Amino acid sequence: MIDAATITIAIASGKGGTGKTTLSTNMAAFIAEREAVVLADLDVEEPNSGLFFRAEPVHQEVNYKAIPQWDESKCTLCGICTKACNYHAVIRLGPSIVVFPELCHSCYACSELCPEAALPMVQKKTGILSEFRTGNLHFIESRLDIGEEQAVPAIAKTKKYAAEKHPKVRLTLYDSPPGTSCPVIEAVRDADLVILVTEPTPFGLHDLKLAVETVKVFGIPFGVVINRYGTGNKEVDEYCHQEQIPVLARIPDSRRIAELYSAGKLIYREIPEIREILEEILNKAITITKGGRK
Amino acid sequence: MKIAFTASGTSWESKIDPRFGRAEFLVIYDEANGTLSSIDNSSVKNEAHGAGTATAQKIFEISPDVLITGNGPGDHASTALRHSKMKILVNAHDMTLKQAYEQYQKGLLNEF
Repeated sequence: MIDAATITIAIASGKGGTGKTTLSTNMAAFIAEREAVVLADLDVEEPNSGLFFRAEPVHQEVNYKAIPQWDESKCTLCGICTKACNYHAVIRLGPSIVVFPELCHSCYACSELCPEAALPMVQKKTGILSEFRTGNLHFIESRLDIGEEQAVPAIAKTKKYAAEKHPKVRLTLYDSPPGTSCPVIEAVRDADLVILVTEPTPFGLHDLKLAVETVKVFGIPFGVVINRYGTGNKEVDEYCHQEQIPVLARIPDSRRIAELYSAGKLIYREIPEIREILEEILNKAITITKGGRK
Repeated sequence: MKIAFTASGTSWESKIDPRFGRAEFLVIYDEANGTLSSIDNSSVKNEAHGAGTATAQKIFEISPDVLITGNGPGDHASTALRHSKMKILVNAHDMTLKQAYEQYQKGLLNEF
């Protein structure tokens, strides 16, 4: 079925709630019936793919990010650090330099530019990475601690962990965060293919366009899956046709699917039609990745 | 006493800007000499993150005795402002600076 070396497919969307997790979890479980597969839930602010698997935990570790720590004894209050920080995570308040760890993007600028070396970088816990296994399916997720704002380092770490732990597994799926901001970019940037899940509504189309523009910047091959097909209007179809974007599948709108999802069940196991759709998506996806980056 | 306002303009007739971090202007009234001065804070609009802490640093450098604003500073900004002893008064949105100052004198503004 899969003859390329290894393939990473990021399942993303502009709009939230279009069916990324439904597709990711069903696709992963479907593939696992035949061969090993890795699914990484990169929506680290609210990972939920794990709800669909009764998997055994096999590993857990703490995620960290680097933040500056003020050394009062060395500081001359020159203020270079506060000007260096693009995110106002380091500010000068009278006789103190105050660091806001949640705002820090771990860029090291303040630390490197401090003439007195008064802002050494230290490790701060941001959450937990967990790996689970059920049969052929290796499921990895990272979960940010409450109040933690920086998703990107946790996403990068999760991808790295998945790649290093399972270098020989041919197919890796990423359940990406929604939107088009930094976390999404980190999640999709080195994928071989991005599947954009959308719905045939004006909101779905609006956010799909933004997602398409984002993915195009990186030249990553991509295709669209239209979920809840049969509702809304034809504009998403028309847009994909005009832009020559491959539509990998149209998943029909169905109350039964919504009910199974809400009960934490995998829909393809209950609805044979979905099995065929998954096969179709997978075959088309693999064909597209053979074309490589543009 | 030095009173700072988050404002959408620079005069007594300007409205209070209800936002703290992204306030258009910071207006300062110095009761000792009766002068009204202002700082243009509009460049903070371009900041995706950290508007609250950036504005907090500016307020800190002004070091007013009282800050009058609308919605009140967010978590990061209020953490920053707690390093000072200034009194923070909120819910002055929909008022002009003049009205807000009068309300403050009557003790009618809520403390944050």
